[in-house]
Formats: sequence, C-alpha cells, structure tokens
Amino acid sequence: MQIINYDKTFQGFLSAVFDIYEYRFKNVKFSISDTSLFGETHSVVTSEENASRVWKGLLKYISSISANQLYKCFLSEHKEVEQLLYRYIKYVFDSKAPIDHDYSNEAVLGVWQTAKKVYREKHRMEAFVRFKLTKEKLYYAIVEPDFNVLPLIINHFQKRYADQRWMIYDMKRKYGIHYDLKEVTRVIVNFVDKPSSESTIIHDEKEELYQDLWKNYFNSVNIPSRKNMKLHIQHMPYRYWKYLIEKESNILKR
Amino acid sequence: MVIKLIILVFLSMNERILEKLNILADAAKYDVSCSSSGSKRKNESRGLGTTGNGICHAYTEDGRCVSLLKILLTNHCIFECAYCINRKSNDIKRAAFTVQEVVDITINFYRRNYIEGLFLSSGIFKDADTTMERLVLIAKKLRSEQNFNGYIHLKTIPGASDELMKQAAQYADRLSVNIEMPSEQSLKLLAPEKNHQDMMNPMEYLKNGIIQYKEEKKTFKKTPLFAPAGQSTQMVIGATADTDLQVLKTANHLYKKMHLKRVYYSGYVPISNDNRLPAIGTPVPIIRENRLYQADWLFRFYQFNMNEIVNTTFPQLDLDIDPKLGWALRNMNMFPVDINKADYHMILRIPGVGVLSAQKIISARKFTRLGWEHLQKIGIAKTRAKYFIVCKEIIDTMKDYTVQQIRNQILTLQNSKYEATFSSQMSLF
Repeated sequence: MQIINYDKTFQGFLSAVFDIYEYRFKNVKFSISDTSLFGETHSVVTSEENASRVWKGLLKYISSISANQLYKCFLSEHKEVEQLLYRYIKYVFDSKAPIDHDYSNEAVLGVWQTAKKVYREKHRMEAFVRFKLTKEKLYYAIVEPDFNVLPLIINHFQKRYADQRWMIYDMKRKYGIHYDLKEVTRVIVNFVDKPSSESTIIHDEKEELYQDLWKNYFNSVNIPSRKNMKLHIQHMPYRYWKYLIEKESNILKR
Repeated sequence: MVIKLIILVFLSMNERILEKLNILADAAKYDVSCSSSGSKRKNESRGLGTTGNGICHAYTEDGRCVSLLKILLTNHCIFECAYCINRKSNDIKRAAFTVQEVVDITINFYRRNYIEGLFLSSGIFKDADTTMERLVLIAKKLRSEQNFNGYIHLKTIPGASDELMKQAAQYADRLSVNIEMPSEQSLKLLAPEKNHQDMMNPMEYLKNGIIQYKEEKKTFKKTPLFAPAGQSTQMVIGATADTDLQVLKTANHLYKKMHLKRVYYSGYVPISNDNRLPAIGTPVPIIRENRLYQADWLFRFYQFNMNEIVNTTFPQLDLDIDPKLGWALRNMNMFPVDINKADYHMILRIPGVGVLSAQKIISARKFTRLGWEHLQKIGIAKTRAKYFIVCKEIIDTMKDYTVQQIRNQILTLQNSKYEATFSSQMSLF
C-alpha cells in the first residue's frame, strides 16, 4: 500500500494525483493526519503547475460543471473523500471519455451526491448568514457550516453587497472572508472574548431595533392554524439556530 | 431630565414601528406567494442587491418560506370582501406605514441578509389609483434613491390605470393581481364590490407589455426592464363550493392566455362568522391545497394536459393519493414502462420518478442497462415506481396486482407519514 500525504488543500490534492501518475503508485491511500506512522509514505509537494495539468487533463473529457463538482465534493471534508475523488479521476483517465454523466458508476454518482450536499450547505449559508452592523459600519456574521463552503459563497456576497463592508466568519474552521469594498480576502480573527458575549457596545445604535423588527416580523407571518413543526425543522435544522437572530431565543425552549 | 425625555420619545417611536410591523405583516401573510426567483436584475453599478434563483432566508413554524418582507402599506380598506381579514366592517387594529418607513425597513433588512426583497401590497384606501400610486412611489424610491437591485413584488390594485401599471412594471420585478376566487360567480357572492374585469385589465396590459418588451429587446439591447419576473396570481381554495376542475381550469387558462409565471392556491383559513363561508374552526384544507399544487406541477414540469388530471368524469382530485399516481392507476394500459427504452415524456409519467431522476435515467442508460440498484441510487421512489417499471431485472409485481391492490399497498405505506402530520394539525383545534 502506498500512503499519500498532502497539505489538505485542493491544489495539494490535485498535485497528489499528479504524483500518483508520475510515480505509477499502486494501491494508494490518502493519510488522515499530516504524519503517518507507516513506512511507505509519499509526501506531496503542492505545485500549481502539476495541479493545473491534472485539472486541464480532466477538462479534456468532462465538462467544467462536472469538474467543479469535484471541487465541491472535496470541500465536504468527508473522511474518505480523496479516495472517492481519486476513483472518479481514475475512471476518467482510464476510459478517456466523457463519463461524467454515467450515474451507473459508483464514483460518478458518489461525487454527484456529495457535491449536491455541499451545494445545499452553500445555499443554506447564503440564506442563514445574519449580518450585524458595528459602530465602524462593518456588517459581520458568524457561521458554523457543516462543510467548508466559504470559498463557494464569496461570489454571491461580493455581488450582492457591493456597497457595504462585510465579514463572514467560520467559527468551526477558524477563518473568515472579508470584503473591503474592493476585494475579498481571507482573514483570521483573534476574538478577545467569546463572540457570543458581544454587547451593544460594539453595535450600531440602530442594530437592536432592526433585530427586534426582524424577530417581530418572523413571528407575525406565522399562521398558527397551519403549524407544522416537522417541516419547519426540516428546513431550519436545530444546529443552525445558534446564529439565527429569529431562532436563538428558542434554543432553550426545545 | 431632558435626556431622559428624549430617550422615552425614542423608545416609543421604536415601539410604534414594531407595532405597525406586527399589524401589517400579520395582515399580509395570507398572500402565499414567496417567490423571489426568475428576475434578471443585476447589480451593475456597485449598488446594493442582486436577484437570482431566489433564497428562503427563514421558514415559519408552519413550514413556509420567508424570502421577502411581505407587508401591507396599510390595512385600511374601503372594500367588504367576506373572506378577507381586512374587510371594512371587521373590527381590527388598523395601521399605515409612511413611504420612508417601508424604504428604511426594506433596506436595513436586506443589508443584514434577512430577505431577498420586498413584497408590497395594500388595502385600498380612497381609490385604486391613489393606492397604486403610493406603491409605485416606494418601488421608485428604492430603485433610484437607494440604488437597490433586490427583488420587488408589487401587488396590482384591481382597476389601476395603464399609466401606473407601466411605471410599476419598470420598477418591480414581479406584479400580481389576485383573482381571489376560482370563478366569477364565487367572486360575486363573496366580494360583490369587486369586478372580475377590473382584475383582468391590468393583467392583460402587463401581458402585452411583456410581449412588447421581448420584441424590443431583440433590436435594442438596452430596453429598460419590464416586470422581468412576470406576473402571478392567487386563488382562495375551500371558501366556496368550486370543484378542483373549476380551480385548475381557471389556472390553466391563466397560464395559457395570460402567460402567468405562477398561480398560487391558498387554503381558506376561517376568519369570519359570515354564513356564506366555512365556520371558524373548520380545518384549513391543507391536503387539498397540496394536491392542487401537485397537479399544477404536472402541467408545468411533467408535460401533462389538464384534461388528463381532472375532467367532467373526475372533477375532484383524489385526496388520498397524488394526482400522478391517480392518473397512472386510471391508465394501466400505458404501463409497464421500459426504463431502458421509453422516451423522456413517458419516463416523466411514472409515479415515483421526478424530473431530475428522469433526466439522470436518460443520461445513465447511454452507458449501461439500468437495473433496480441504479434506479434506487438515482433516487426514484421504489415503493411506488415498482408497479409501473420494467428494467434490467424481470419483476413480476406489476401483472399480479389489480389497480385496487396497488392503491391499497401504496396507501398503507404512506399512511403512517400522513397520520403524523394530521395529528399535529388536529391538536390545534
């Protein structure tokens, strides 16, 4: 067995695929941690050039939409995701044909299904981000998505909120994206206090009013005679409530 | 002392606006449309907002999507429509927003990513044109003063003039006039002051405007947008004796002749002791509403004709099973369908197969002969589909059962699901 060790970036993963073909590794296994105790470990040097050669190779046979699904699938951070992606890529290069719609193949269907889950999470984040306005006129939001979807939502938020400064921070993965009216950059914030202890001190004077208005609005549009909590939870699962202004006060009531 | 007083005044202003929002959101919630998709508006000038596929930012406890700030400008109304909570004689709290208040709340909600935009309707104060003019003014301010490119849905006030409709279409993404009742007769019964023609005129005007826009767009790329997300409407279901045939016939007519993007069906929520209407406490016809939407979907995405689903022999949809399954059971001579050979049109008609699954089947069968394992992974509902399909493996389910047996078997499996929903519904009454 050949164990492959890489830096957990998508470019690193593609570089690893390059190495697998370059060195004709057989029976590969991607290591879970950075270091491996077992002997046969190959450490990949991430290379933009090698990664792009693999990517272009894929695009010879599959559509760019399908190729992007590989990236989405990668962002799922699933335990065996590299194995799945590798089986897909191998299937492409073995058959040298546009097999990206062969849903009878386990890897093609698997990638599609995982990419769909990641897409759903991306869409959820576009929906569930709740910005709060600070005194410095920064709109900020905190999220904990199931998958690493911040790279996928940059475009949406940059286009939509082109005239306001904003930041979306992933508490689980400890990084955020920040827009300064010109471009979006990746940022790391050292929170002095837990962000949950945020007070009115940092907020714009109108912030509380609009949060109250929103909570009121959310409660007013409900039609009690049509109550259907099962559907409600299906659409807004509990794990997201923590950062949803309109739901956070309900957490204790559960 | 002075400072304290100012704080007091400030608080009460906040409280006043909170109260207004409660009243005017509550009054608007029976309008079921929440769509925020289908517009082409872009944010080209680095302003605020975009439109796209539509996002539901929240869901209420009744499970409905919250995508727009859906409010009335005012719930004062000069009309006396029996089914409407805002009817003149109803003893409820009344309120009215100022133009600037609506603009401020919309913009501040939007900037916080609470909403996709504004859905503005209103009770009719003074007359149709005065009311419509005020709605248009709000949309205009949002677009031109705030550089707002998010979604705007304006309600068309029946009887509004063509000139106002033209302006409305320039600023709004979608316009809708509610035809309220499935038939003219029912409208006369419950809303005697409303006139069917007053609703159809603005709809017709907009339809023609949209056609004209598309023509002009071919030669002038920069033709200003004209209601880019089209028109929709809503009917109240279960307030009158109209059959599903009547409801769907009206819907079908509106889709075909008025090019509507959506027709919404709103199960009547009893709110009045008027003896022309179901009594307070009558359950909301939620399942019937669901079946109507399923039928509507069959026309729009599954290539069904209306007559195949409801007709003079079957004027009501079956509440126990979905209309596609109902159709299949009435047409067993069309089945079983060979998954590996049948055309897309026929695959769409198999109960348990959705649009996406049908497309996947068509793609995947080019590579291999499909069997049950493939079909299940693709995501079709085997419990329903198995009676109607032939695939790689030979299955004998089909020929051994009568229509009644298939129906019962499927019903037993789905009953548990419905009972759960039902009991939670019932516990409220």
